[in-house]
Amino acid sequence: MATPYALPEVTLDEIKHLVSQRALDGETVLLNMGPQHPSTHGVLRLLLELDGETIVNCIPDVGFLHTGIEKNMESKTYLKAEVMSDRLDYLNTVGNNFAYCLAVEKMIDVDVPPRAQAIRVILAELQRVASHLVWLGTSALDVAAMSVFLYAFREREIILDILELVSGQRMMTTYIRPGGVWRDVPVEFDDAVRNVLNTFPKRIDEYEDLLTKNPLFLDRTLGIGKMTAEEALQWGVTGSTLRGSGPDWDLRKKRPYSGYEQYDFEVPTATEGDVYARYLVRIREMRESLKIIEQALNKLPLGPVRSNDRKIVPPPRSEIGTSMESLIHHFKLWTEGFDVPKGSVYAAVESPRGELGVFIESDGGPKPYRVHWRTPSYNNLEALPDMTKGLLIADLVAIIGSVDIVLGDVDR
Amino acid sequence: MDKTLQSIVQTLEKDFGAEANEIFGEVEAVVSLENIVAASQKLRDDFDFALLSTITAVDYFPEVSPRYHIVYVFNSLSKNLQLTLRVPVDGEKPIIPTLTGVYKNANWRERELWDMFGIKAEGHPDLRRILMPDDWDGHPLRKDYPLGYEEPQFTFNFEEIDLSKPKGEM
Repeated sequence: MATPYALPEVTLDEIKHLVSQRALDGETVLLNMGPQHPSTHGVLRLLLELDGETIVNCIPDVGFLHTGIEKNMESKTYLKAEVMSDRLDYLNTVGNNFAYCLAVEKMIDVDVPPRAQAIRVILAELQRVASHLVWLGTSALDVAAMSVFLYAFREREIILDILELVSGQRMMTTYIRPGGVWRDVPVEFDDAVRNVLNTFPKRIDEYEDLLTKNPLFLDRTLGIGKMTAEEALQWGVTGSTLRGSGPDWDLRKKRPYSGYEQYDFEVPTATEGDVYARYLVRIREMRESLKIIEQALNKLPLGPVRSNDRKIVPPPRSEIGTSMESLIHHFKLWTEGFDVPKGSVYAAVESPRGELGVFIESDGGPKPYRVHWRTPSYNNLEALPDMTKGLLIADLVAIIGSVDIVLGDVDR
Repeated sequence: MDKTLQSIVQTLEKDFGAEANEIFGEVEAVVSLENIVAASQKLRDDFDFALLSTITAVDYFPEVSPRYHIVYVFNSLSKNLQLTLRVPVDGEKPIIPTLTGVYKNANWRERELWDMFGIKAEGHPDLRRILMPDDWDGHPLRKDYPLGYEEPQFTFNFEEIDLSKPKGEM
């Protein structure tokens, strides 16, 4: 059968400036890795220039998962646009909503009740643990440690069950809303989270038993993909990848939001800047997250979970049947939305991957004029070519795992 | 406004004619196109703004002069400060100087600007599209670019839609 398209001729013209002269002379080989490759964690395409098995140049090609989220959000009201934010970094959905709501709340100046703030923190930290579990499983799988993957995904399921318990959705929760959260957590929430707090420390010990001193794992990770703190900052790398190189830059600590200043936790860092250092940082971060969850749960305040400002937050369902005013508010909010004062704002949270920032510009109307997502994976991935030069393909696989990219986060 | 940040902004105002204002508790300074590279160099070297968080743009279509604002978000780890710079750019043949010489990660962000807004970064080492396909027409995040959609193909309209699908040579 003939192909429906004439295949374009492969040429080096477009990328001539990115490869070495040896590639043009035919001495080195150009090899495609991805976009369909199990260890590129999604649809990342890497064009590798290889000398034998040694990487001379690595050219990432992204955009396969581009869904135009920024453009789409411009055409929706502030409440409806939030649903798009879940789809960015699909392993950190709560964190995306979190950043978006902080930005909107900064503009409309609404107070979030303390109970809602604490619930936000608990869920964001649970999500961080879940995201790190996916990273742990997949990056260990990349260096041929199969069993960790099975354990990590078993535990992640427990956290996804909690998200389903509170929001009705395992992944795309949209639970955090401007002015608070969607609704109060159910009574089973406390037990479910305590179950996590009781079981997880032992489980994390188990993962560490499997990996931390495992000679095969050490061989694949120690001294691989080194990056100094200066280099990392030049590439705009943030999050655990940066902290593995030294700086203790964590927005939860440095610019506390949503009451993070009340909780006692450490920011784990390492100085080596290699794959193993990032592994140690993330493992310790999971333990710190559990510490935060425990403190937040122990002093979870009672009270409302949404702001009382009816111009921003829709009224509860029970009021709509009895109060005309509530019905009008409900109708206005879900059709026209609320107006946001003119101006622009940049709000950032610490996502499992780094600084997740959202830039919103408002023209005074009910729809955002421009939304830009500063996604951490985008910057972290950009640093990849520098980390991989002169290493083997097998090391490249370990490094991609350690940078912890999510392609939904890169391509938006 | 934070005292340290205030003195930094005053330096920018004095040296580069920046116009600063505070909005929603954040500091924004408008810098002219000629001064942006020097200003960011000064921010990095003298004031230790080591992290360029992001570069993006806002399109004020149908305004022509300036049509775009380029938004730079800088962060200082040692001082724990954040500063936003805005650069107005004209609508006809928008060209900005590249920041890749100052911050390496400006590379992909400026490619994104070219891809999404058609704003060219002069002196950029690798100005190709990054998120959209290489052969894409137009720059999607411009305000005069419609938010399009693809009509789903069912049995009743299969042929009609099939006509508009690409065939043969690409």
